[in-house]
Amino acid sequence: MILLLQILLAFGTLSLLAIGGANAVLPEMHRLVVEVHGWMDDATFSQLFALAQAAPGPNILAASVMGWHIAGPSGMAMATIGMLLPAAILAFTMQGLTHRLRGNTWLKPAQFGLVPLAVGLIAGSGVIMAQAAGTDWLSFAIIAVSTVFVWRTKYSPLWVLAGGGALGLLLL
Amino acid sequence: MGEPPSKAELFLGYAKIGLLGFGGVGPWSRHVIVEERKWLSERDYAEVLGLGQILPGPNVGNASVMIGRRFHGLSGSLVATAGLYVGPLAILIMLSILYELYGTRPGVAPFMQGVAAAAAGMVMGTAIKMGQNLRPPPELIVVGLLAVVGAAFLRLPLPLIVVILAPLGVYLSLRRSWMRAP
Repeated sequence: MILLLQILLAFGTLSLLAIGGANAVLPEMHRLVVEVHGWMDDATFSQLFALAQAAPGPNILAASVMGWHIAGPSGMAMATIGMLLPAAILAFTMQGLTHRLRGNTWLKPAQFGLVPLAVGLIAGSGVIMAQAAGTDWLSFAIIAVSTVFVWRTKYSPLWVLAGGGALGLLLL
Repeated sequence: MGEPPSKAELFLGYAKIGLLGFGGVGPWSRHVIVEERKWLSERDYAEVLGLGQILPGPNVGNASVMIGRRFHGLSGSLVATAGLYVGPLAILIMLSILYELYGTRPGVAPFMQGVAAAAAGMVMGTAIKMGQNLRPPPELIVVGLLAVVGAAFLRLPLPLIVVILAPLGVYLSLRRSWMRAP
């Protein structure tokens, strides 16, 4: 019971620090679960994070996988609630605030000022992912084709993911 | 722009985003909301995402709370968020069990490597497409490029990038609107 509360508290703290999502909070997550609480070793930590990235869904769910590893299903529940709830309450409040301010002429331009940050950070994570995934000519070719495909067409990106996986299986 | 989504449509749309979101849900979120179901315009969506970016938590998760609330209040937030997380969590439970049972098997690693490369291109392609559709003025393009450099090449902590570039972007955008209509 005390363990479950500790999990809830640890991931609840992380939730409020995670400006920018999972990758931003990764170092602090490592500090808490490996160094402060000693819930797992280094290797397990990185394997569990990779596992969460290989699965669909927001990468922040790495917290859920770690909760499972620490204390089974109830550990997963505590870690997930801790990670999601505080941030969700804040986002809910923020939406109410912008709704109440919507008559003000400055709101739209002010909000549009955050857009380049959002788009720039998406591009930035794409570059970070490409740096990690680009190991040989084939993976660079997959990255390039996939970029152009998603940029220039309206087809579902699932095609390039499946194609990339198939090419990797055949040629890598 | 299409019809506003019902609660069931919100849930199903977000379930699709969560389940297809290999390598991150960002590109899928935009694909489903802007391109496929037309719940929001490119600009509306980017504004919600920008707000989600300065708040803690995954920006797509924050966007699900805000978009859900915009269409159906608290219950909208709940169904959108539940839709986003329920599928991936079920898969993660299975993966956690499989991981403890099997560990690594041949063939899995090369496949995952190909998927990871395609996912990297998918994320970059999405950013280029959004930038192209939004047509920001030159000074805001510079802010966007600074975010890319800070995050990908200088590897600055994200809170630092947000603290510097969020006020800068807001100021530049407000200044432009004041100049247009004093």
